[in-house]
Amino acid sequence: MKAESPTNVVTQSAYASWRTIRRSPVMGIGIGIAAIILLIASLSPWLTLNDPLLIQMSQRLRAPSLEYPLGTDHMGRCIISRLVAGTRQTVGLSFCASAVVILIGVPLGLLAGYAKGYLDALLMRLADAAGALPEFLLAIAVAGFLGPGLVNTLFAIACVKWIGYARLVRGITLSECKKDYIHASIVAGSGGWRIIRRHLLRQVASPLAIMAAADVGKTILLISALSYLGLGAQPPSPEWGAMLSDGRPYFQIAPEQMIYPGLCILIVVLACNLISDGLRDLMDVRSR
Amino acid sequence: MFKHVGLRLLQLVLMLIVLSLVTFVLMKMAPGDPVLAVLKADERPVTEANQQVVRQALGLDKPLYQQYGSWLLQVARFDMGRSYTTNQDVWQLLMERLPATVSLMFSSMLALLVFAVPLGLLAAVYCGRSVDHASRMIALLGASIPSFWLGLLLIYLFSYRLNWLPMMGGGSLYHLILPSVTLGFVMAPEYIRLLRSGLLEGLSQEYIRAARARGIREWRVTAIYAMRPALLPIVSLLGVSMGALIAGSVVTETLFGWPGLGSMAMEAITQRNYPVIQGYILLTGLGIGLANWLSDVGLLLLDPKIRHEKGMSA
Repeated sequence: MKAESPTNVVTQSAYASWRTIRRSPVMGIGIGIAAIILLIASLSPWLTLNDPLLIQMSQRLRAPSLEYPLGTDHMGRCIISRLVAGTRQTVGLSFCASAVVILIGVPLGLLAGYAKGYLDALLMRLADAAGALPEFLLAIAVAGFLGPGLVNTLFAIACVKWIGYARLVRGITLSECKKDYIHASIVAGSGGWRIIRRHLLRQVASPLAIMAAADVGKTILLISALSYLGLGAQPPSPEWGAMLSDGRPYFQIAPEQMIYPGLCILIVVLACNLISDGLRDLMDVRSR
Repeated sequence: MFKHVGLRLLQLVLMLIVLSLVTFVLMKMAPGDPVLAVLKADERPVTEANQQVVRQALGLDKPLYQQYGSWLLQVARFDMGRSYTTNQDVWQLLMERLPATVSLMFSSMLALLVFAVPLGLLAAVYCGRSVDHASRMIALLGASIPSFWLGLLLIYLFSYRLNWLPMMGGGSLYHLILPSVTLGFVMAPEYIRLLRSGLLEGLSQEYIRAARARGIREWRVTAIYAMRPALLPIVSLLGVSMGALIAGSVVTETLFGWPGLGSMAMEAITQRNYPVIQGYILLTGLGIGLANWLSDVGLLLLDPKIRHEKGMSA
């Protein structure tokens, strides 16, 4: 193997990603939006103009002004500050949920596909059992019996979501393991861990990225829908879906109050889907 | 063929067992002690002896697997208890609400096809041209827009501003339009994409060239000859998206005040009406399982490749 200096790797990968964005400008837009949103989410405590939870009944349903750029909601809370604070709730939580699910699903899928035999059968039957219920129904069941709340519903989603990743990774692993280069690597003395790390993970990476990008978007939609229904984030939390549900009774006199949170969800999910679509186009020549 | 159908049936049974287990376990974990609730309802003092009597009467002193068994037998006889709030039989309540949800689901499917078929068809015929890009943009929008937001915007525009359609409630066909459009639009993208790629693949086949050579008109070639194989994955997606449809129906029913199962479940959750929640989960779970199974079997019947294959392995 040739040795690569760290700077070389950085410039190379920077160049590669720039080339990718040039080839798929749509994905570039998606990445740009996602980067901005992530930045807002990580800096949200310093970006909020006003306290997002401060209730001032004297200031309710104010029109946009310098102090409140998007106006105030039915409890006099600054809408833009709530939106910014909600970035962390909605996007941050979906991101974390997806990360956890991937960290569970990918190793299990690799293990099942690589080890085959009993372990594979056991893991896949487990997946069959857990995947029998749609995640939304499970979330409703959990919220219904154990009480509404973001932690409960996220747990319910995670219980089902890992299966998709495990199945995807297992399928790729099974088909790759039949190929000659893996056999050659085994003959050359590579151990299981080395094969997984050097060969299988690389094969898995791009389909995984496509799935994960779309999945973050889907999770955002799911979490905000559950919060809208009152099963997820509870008031006064500035979660976007919950904000929409708060603004619902006032939409005739103050439609902005429900328009902004929905627009935020739309933009973020759109960014995720743009990235996923762009990746898919780059990987899969057939769909072009 | 029969082996395949049987295997799917086995999967359905497995799913129902998991469904019942999950429901049972969650019910056991739900806060609140049923023994205390009964004693309180009967206004009897909470003594150790009284608790013991009630526990025995409810069968709660038996081991868990026996409790599960007797609960399962009850549920299988459609005996799901009574609603805490109205004291109505839960099965009757479910059956009262079911037609509204089923009609919403059918009209949403219709709306979905109205969006998806033309868009997928146009995208495939004009592949790579601006119509294709426009169709793709619409699909992206549908996949990204939150359904409850779209519904609210539609209510705002068509009910409040234009006053064309009723805002909320159920009963008439007019009430059905906005919820169906909402649900159909957010579910259409997957179908558009699938139809487009299926048609593109179909159009590149030899038999299409043969059909064109025979002088069959182009729209006929596309809409009938190439469409047939492209419809197969659509059928299987219809079964798979049953879960999404149920989920979507909860959101849209609540949003539009449509008197179906979904809005009933949401009410039940806020009232902690456990028997109703239990009934909803079991019924919709059963519905989803059956839909998946039917679409699998339908696929077997439709696809000549599977139908004629011998020595099928799963």
